Amino acid sequence: MTLLETLYLPEIARGMGITLKHFFMKKPTIRYPEQKRYLGPVFRGHHILKRDEQGRERCTACGLCAVACPAEAISMVAAERVKGEEHLYREEKYAAAYEINMLRCIFCGLCEEACPKEAVYLRHDKFVPVFTSREQVIYGKDQLVEDMNDRYERDAWTKEEMQKLWDKQK
Amino acid sequence: MDSIFILKTIIILVIFAVSLGIAAYETYFERVIAAYIQDRIGPDYAGPFGILQPLADAGKLFFKEDFIPTKADKWLFILGPSLAMLTALLTSAVIPFGDSFIYEGQAVLVQGIDVNIGILWVFGIVSLGVYGILIGGWSSNNKYSLYGAIRAASQNISYELAMGLSIIAILMMSESLSIRKIVEDQHGINWNIFYQPMGFIIFLTCAFAECNRTPFDLPESENELVAGYHTEYGSMKLGLYLFSEYVNMFVTSAVLASLYFGGFNYPGMDWVHGFLVKSTSFTVGHNLATGIGIFVLLGKICFFIFLFMWVRWTLPRFRYDQLMNLGWKGLLPLSVINLVITAAAELSGKPLMGSWIGLACFAVVLGLIWPLIKPKKTAV
Repeated sequence: MTLLETLYLPEIARGMGITLKHFFMKKPTIRYPEQKRYLGPVFRGHHILKRDEQGRERCTACGLCAVACPAEAISMVAAERVKGEEHLYREEKYAAAYEINMLRCIFCGLCEEACPKEAVYLRHDKFVPVFTSREQVIYGKDQLVEDMNDRYERDAWTKEEMQKLWDKQK
Repeated sequence: MDSIFILKTIIILVIFAVSLGIAAYETYFERVIAAYIQDRIGPDYAGPFGILQPLADAGKLFFKEDFIPTKADKWLFILGPSLAMLTALLTSAVIPFGDSFIYEGQAVLVQGIDVNIGILWVFGIVSLGVYGILIGGWSSNNKYSLYGAIRAASQNISYELAMGLSIIAILMMSESLSIRKIVEDQHGINWNIFYQPMGFIIFLTCAFAECNRTPFDLPESENELVAGYHTEYGSMKLGLYLFSEYVNMFVTSAVLASLYFGGFNYPGMDWVHGFLVKSTSFTVGHNLATGIGIFVLLGKICFFIFLFMWVRWTLPRFRYDQLMNLGWKGLLPLSVINLVITAAAELSGKPLMGSWIGLACFAVVLGLIWPLIKPKKTAV
């Protein structure tokens, strides 16, 4: 070591200059609970069972999502639509019960890809909240079906549309 | 006479309260400054800008379980933090926080006690302070605590020598041990830092070591010794240890400001004093000027506290052998040389020029003989 290095002082001054520079820098903090970051258009969050434009449930209870699900989180009970229920269900068969076990779900999005009726989606703007008891784990239709007053919108609904979005970004 | 007594009591109480209050807010500013240096925001939920954070911290500590280990020596275990806090608070008694207040024609010094051995008092009490740490670590009956305590003791002994020698250089200039006399000698901008830059650096380094602050916080180095001497402590006993460190920091900053940066003196103080006396009466003007001096000293203290925190969040901790090498082989010889230079400069009759010429000569000589005395690189 040279004499100056043994003195430590020049290097200490340099280091303190660096920390002082950081002291006055703009802070990149995002105050999480109050302020949320945009997670991107392809984030896979809370499930939703879409309705069509007239407010009818799209799901026909074909069971393809349950088959596609690698975690076996989805189960449903099918029922036949009776006369007078045309304004409630789009197809002749519908899901009388549709349940997702959120402890099993791995949010892979395969149900969304399997669905032939464009009924089940994973929202990009909402998380599944933390649960604290077993009763809260299984999400039924009351939590999953879309609210017509607060419809879920996203920029791309299918893989092809998403590809177009990506191409446009490039 | 009675009203003077009451005024003095008020001054002492205010000094006591201010040193406690500043220490409390040091804990908050430590966290904020650490956060800012690390590009974070820090605590700001408790009240506006988080200014109630110290209250929240203290409240939390009070409500935690006050635990005493079964194998610990109960009374010494309690004595440790009490002694640390007591010694930390005792030191602020001799620091002159301002000139004087004139009340009913009598001047009351803004100082706890103006003892003529002021700096010795500080030294004695600070050396006592290590007993708090030593007793706490020893009575915990825990190997890590004991290690921390031993480290604290040997570190304080090693650095007190260099600190004492650098103070002797100051005493040569002021020819008095009273801190008030030392401060009054630095009237205006005639500060000791201009006479003793090297002494200041030695004193500053030793002050870091005496306060157990980073880069010399080996007694509580958490990645070697769990938490060092306060491993077994919890609740407000731990709080007292941490708090006494902050009080020590405040007092050390005050001593640094008084010894080297002119205490309550500031450039143009005579003009301000004259102006205030002319525009009001002598008593009111003098008291106002004293008030300004107190705020100047507080500003200097705040700067040094910031320096302490700034260094803490910049420098990594020394290794133990590096600490001992720096103390014994680095600072101690340097402070002796500083003493010789100051003595020669005082004798020459031109202290300012003499000390700078002396320092320059020393730097040249050191640079020339450095290849001969260069320490050999040894594997550790």
